[in-house]
Amino acid sequence: MDIAKIDQIIEKHRGKAGDLIHVLMEIQHENHWLPRDVLHQIAAALDIPFSRVLRIATLYKTFSLTPKGRNEVHVCTGISCHLRGANKLLDAVERATGIKPGETDANRRFSLETGSCLGSCSLGPEIIVNGTHHARMTPAKVEDVLKEYQ
Amino acid sequence: MTRLQSAAALEQLRAGILSSRDPAKPCIAVCAGAACHGLDSARVANAFQTEVGKLGPDAGLEVRVTGCHGYCEKGPNVVIDPEGICYFEVKPEDVPEIIACTLKKEVVERLVYAHPDTGEKAIYIGEVPFYKHQMRLLIGDNTRIDPMRIDDYLAVGGYGALAKALFQMTPDGVLEEVKKANLRGRGGGGFPAGLKWETAKNAPGKDKYVIVNAHEGEPGAFMDRALFTGNPHKVLEGLIIGAYAIGSHRGFIYTRHDAPQLIQHIEQALAQAEEYGLLGENILGSGFDFRVEVHFDVGIFVSGESSALMRSIEGLPPEPRPKYIRTSVAGIWDKPSNLNNVETWANVPQIISRGADWYAGIGTEGSKGTKLVSLSGNVVNSGVVEVPMGTPLRKIVYDIGGGIAGGKAAKAVHFGGPMGGSIPASLIDAPLDFDELAKLGAPIGAGGLLVMDEDTDMVDVARYFLEFLTNESCGKCVPCREGMRQTLKVLTNITKGKGREGDIARLEDLNDVTGAACLCALGRTASDPLKSMLRYFKVEYETQIARGSEGKGGKAAGSAAT
Repeated sequence: MDIAKIDQIIEKHRGKAGDLIHVLMEIQHENHWLPRDVLHQIAAALDIPFSRVLRIATLYKTFSLTPKGRNEVHVCTGISCHLRGANKLLDAVERATGIKPGETDANRRFSLETGSCLGSCSLGPEIIVNGTHHARMTPAKVEDVLKEYQ
Repeated sequence: MTRLQSAAALEQLRAGILSSRDPAKPCIAVCAGAACHGLDSARVANAFQTEVGKLGPDAGLEVRVTGCHGYCEKGPNVVIDPEGICYFEVKPEDVPEIIACTLKKEVVERLVYAHPDTGEKAIYIGEVPFYKHQMRLLIGDNTRIDPMRIDDYLAVGGYGALAKALFQMTPDGVLEEVKKANLRGRGGGGFPAGLKWETAKNAPGKDKYVIVNAHEGEPGAFMDRALFTGNPHKVLEGLIIGAYAIGSHRGFIYTRHDAPQLIQHIEQALAQAEEYGLLGENILGSGFDFRVEVHFDVGIFVSGESSALMRSIEGLPPEPRPKYIRTSVAGIWDKPSNLNNVETWANVPQIISRGADWYAGIGTEGSKGTKLVSLSGNVVNSGVVEVPMGTPLRKIVYDIGGGIAGGKAAKAVHFGGPMGGSIPASLIDAPLDFDELAKLGAPIGAGGLLVMDEDTDMVDVARYFLEFLTNESCGKCVPCREGMRQTLKVLTNITKGKGREGDIARLEDLNDVTGAACLCALGRTASDPLKSMLRYFKVEYETQIARGSEGKGGKAAGSAAT
């Protein structure tokens, strides 16, 4: 966790209660999760109740209150990918990583998320690892793709 | 760059840009749209830039990294202007050959389109079947524009409509033009944009807001992102013109946090427009002030709903509210707030520059202009399509989309994602028209067209959409939260072969309640896919239920998946 960077983000929005979502989003992007003491720090800096920070932080799916794995695996389960076999792809990814969507493995190697449409339907079904798209996947290719991510 | 102070200064700048460019000089446009990007088009673009760089400043050609060209299925896409030569599935290894041939005015035959059955080749953009049946008024400029450079937009006539509106038209005149064009909202409702503008304009109060809804959370919809990422100034120009008509001085762009490229292009567009004097104080010396800020959704579907979106801009949880009073009267901080989606705003500049009569000449009686469609599912050519309203769906699915993938037969086409509806393949000659498709039970929605082949399990599709919405319900109102949960339970049982007699009546009963009693459009239209299925595919539901009640067990959920 880069404390200086987080402090910098919070400072940028100090005193602006309306910026709550922006602060949380920037820290989530930077740090990949939102530690509780950081949430307290935000509440103090923006001068809003901690309960309101927590409400927003727990409401949006993107915000994580627990640490993520080194590699974030995203299986697209949008309708187009679904029609093209995303279910079976997800099963294969679950088998390969040993985790279910929303979970992180004990070694913190992988976090698995499902999510709907990312707008690249012609590539479906696909998995996205750390932002890199692996297009037109089949369950058989999963092991090979994931072993690149340690 | 000093801020432009008049319409004449804008035209002078435009003339300068055009005279510095040689229209005959080949320009290689490399697509960096969402799908091409996923196919690593960045490596192709880098290869072009490196190779052309080696040739030095007198290379005789230039490279442009652009937004989505449309033909996502065959990415990475490359188009070479001025001829409009299309190369598909281009790899970094192909780059030296393309450059060498382009300089010799030759064509790389092996990279052009070849018809999958006949092998017949098509070289130019106007010949490729995917493009030739389209009318690309909104997205057609994408190949000519580097979204990071405002000069490219000015070179295709950009901000000309804004200058015309500010200096030759009154705000009322702009409003009348948009009303006369009968521009209908592209976000889902199809509500006339002019009437909405008028409501916001006439609403009491001095502070008024205009908003671009670029949330596009619907699965299978990616046209707004393609348009906005590829040509951000077009949307911005429309927004400024709308603000001028309504009398608003503050605008908002609301988009998803997980589209980094889009965010970068929007921020760059805002900064450049401000620098040029097209945004900010005293725009083009007209005395009109307008500023825009960007806000983000961080992963909640319902925050694309207008009242929820406005709560989110205020920094509050995105929960919809009942709309006894429209948001165009009381929206953000209870001020009049006019919200339109990306495509609606993008239509405004051409209505102003070419006139309402021209615009109203395209399309059908009730649906004017062109419509962007994201074509996906079991279709040969997925991609972003733009056709005149009134185009038969058959033309979109077969002539443009190339028919059903894997040589299978079509079963249904679905419009509007989880809040839309499916119609059987037998109705595929229906026109792309707000009212006609709504009558058939498959309202256009935002324009996501999903093609489903003969293997598709229609019970599973309804279950899928409902599961999506159940997860996305904000939970504020009971009919939505509980109604959808119960409907989903019944549907899941049917797909698992545990259907019971009376299930269809139970589903219809639940549909009636959620359709009437939910607070916002998410809940009220959640049952729409199911309603359309029960209208056209009831037999399939009955068969699956019968299998359950006979205790034989059914096929597994998601059997459509291959």
